[in-house]
Amino acid sequence: MTADAKPRVAVHKFSSCDGCQLAFLNAGEALLELAGLVDIVHFAEAGPVDPAAVVDIAFVEGSISTPEERERIAAVRANSRYLVTLGACATSGGLQALRGLADVNDWTEAIYASPEYIHSLAEASPIADHVKVDLQLWGCPVNGRQVLAAVASLLQGVPPVDDRGKVCQQCKREQAVCVMVTQGLPCMGPVTRTGCGALCPRFGRDCYACFGPAENSNTTALGRRLEGLGLPPEAIRRRFLFISNGAPEFRAAAAQWGEE
Amino acid sequence: MSEQRDIRIRVPVLARVEGEGALNLTIHDGDIEQLQLQIYEPPRYFEKFLEGRSYTEVPDMVARICGICPVAYQMSAVHAIEQAFGVDPGPWVRDMRRLLYCGEWIQSHALHIHLLALPDFLGFDSVTGMAAEHAEEVRRGLRLQQLGNDIIALLGARSVHPVGSRVGGFHHAPDQAAVDALLPRVARGVEEAAALLRWCAGIALPDDHQAFTSVALRHPAEYPMNRGRLVASDGLDIDIADFDDHFEEQHVPHSTALHARYHDRPYLVGPLARINLDADRLRPEVRQLLVETGVRFPSDNMFHSLLARAVEIHESLLEARDLLAAYRHTDRPWVPVTPRAGVGFGCTEAPRGVLWHRYELDEAGRVVTARIVPPTSQNQGRIEQDLRDSLLAFGLDHDDAALRLRAETVIRNYDPCISCATHFLRLEVERR
Repeated sequence: MTADAKPRVAVHKFSSCDGCQLAFLNAGEALLELAGLVDIVHFAEAGPVDPAAVVDIAFVEGSISTPEERERIAAVRANSRYLVTLGACATSGGLQALRGLADVNDWTEAIYASPEYIHSLAEASPIADHVKVDLQLWGCPVNGRQVLAAVASLLQGVPPVDDRGKVCQQCKREQAVCVMVTQGLPCMGPVTRTGCGALCPRFGRDCYACFGPAENSNTTALGRRLEGLGLPPEAIRRRFLFISNGAPEFRAAAAQWGEE
Repeated sequence: MSEQRDIRIRVPVLARVEGEGALNLTIHDGDIEQLQLQIYEPPRYFEKFLEGRSYTEVPDMVARICGICPVAYQMSAVHAIEQAFGVDPGPWVRDMRRLLYCGEWIQSHALHIHLLALPDFLGFDSVTGMAAEHAEEVRRGLRLQQLGNDIIALLGARSVHPVGSRVGGFHHAPDQAAVDALLPRVARGVEEAAALLRWCAGIALPDDHQAFTSVALRHPAEYPMNRGRLVASDGLDIDIADFDDHFEEQHVPHSTALHARYHDRPYLVGPLARINLDADRLRPEVRQLLVETGVRFPSDNMFHSLLARAVEIHESLLEARDLLAAYRHTDRPWVPVTPRAGVGFGCTEAPRGVLWHRYELDEAGRVVTARIVPPTSQNQGRIEQDLRDSLLAFGLDHDDAALRLRAETVIRNYDPCISCATHFLRLEVERR
């Protein structure tokens, strides 16, 4: 980017629920401010459409689940200086990555029953499986502060803070009462990346890992703890195979508790 | 029209709609030869994922079908499952669910009016251009959107994929202090919503009258959200469990979303359909404001959907104000639930219209089968019918850019939620 031109930003959508784009559309006054600081050249849901634009920052929402999306993400990569994934689908495949665990024969037969109008891949996979990603923002959904902070950092040319700590630690900082200790709930906080603000434990319920795996997570120990709480192996598997089921750490943890 | 021309209009990416769609329009010899609202957003197979999951997991899963109306998915799901289990969560939960839904209607409608729809009617490409000329109105709209989000967050901790709902009620009852802090903002929002409706009523909208059937919930006393019977403007009045006797989903080649039909015809769901069928259930203050502004419902002008959304924002803020003013904290915001095998139906009014769910559960409360009919797949046939009618009424002799803009305006007017519509493509699998 040159000194006098405003940085160019694009928001691209792949297979997703559109919830992470709302980090921008729900930003209110900050959205108008952002529009003054950068040129938003492609953001179909907000108005501008120019999918082939060359940009400084491309935000990517959603996972790759069709051959067309596979080609499109390669073009986005080629046109973008920084590529930032926005949320669980783009970063680990999202809930729809569960299709990769389904009975592949049935699914393939189903999907290709009408090949003239359905083009679908067997897996819904994260962006990083296809192209280089410069920054990953976890969360289902990402939160607005996280996204705007990333934009601000990138515009200043400094690497954004990447907090890989655990929800469990956040709970302590928030002085939230532990729902696993006090209520025996199967909380995923000990292995889940922070960023949400420990919303679920603070609401008296168990974390369901929508921000994906934290660093150095001891998923084996958590699995045993869940077993100790009385969960059958199948329920323990499902705890790991939820929003962030495509994350390798969680796939491996689930495999310890049985096969599909 | 003297000059005959062949026109092919392709809008490969529809802007200012939620999700991914396209439009194909071919005009030949002064007539529309082909018109397709293409929905190519990949199917995400949610109903399949739900199979085998515990009822406790369902609210957090179905939310992910749509980032804009996750509350609607959670509400239809919990109602269906509670029906299957024979659970009544009681008046506290019922009120708070209504409050939660008010939040979603307010944020979704404010988002649509200001960021997606109004730029069309005021001559802008996007909200940022519009904000330069209508700064105060845009800021008011963003404040209303924020207020809706904050009402959701009060009960759900966050506005996108909120975490507060469970089968039987809520995980958490808001502190009185949080309610007290929100109430004055909601009271101010009531005034802003009235101002929004007055402003929208003064905007020149296309005058385009069409024949269509409206379908919505109807409740004996309330403007419909969570409960009621399913009614239509032709006199249909059925229990939600009888949906399949009158509505059918079909698969068309140009769409990864199913088209739903009512007695084999397209129909309308959403804000205009609701207000056409339930205007007498609006609060007196809201009806009074309609009289003052000269806005009349029922209306057969589809572009009055914009006004219907503004009316519903006003109604929702009044409802939210009263519910917050009457709020009493409880230590048990849910009732205990005992699973049993059975079938349950849930039908609630998502911001975009009727959202119908059916679950079959086993004795442990695991999902055996799930079926979800979202509003946009119901409106798809109506959108195509509307496009045909309104482009003919508009005049096919307009230049391509004008035709294209009118077509896009018609589509955006429905606030189509394409991610919702393509949650699943139902396919028959033959097993040999």
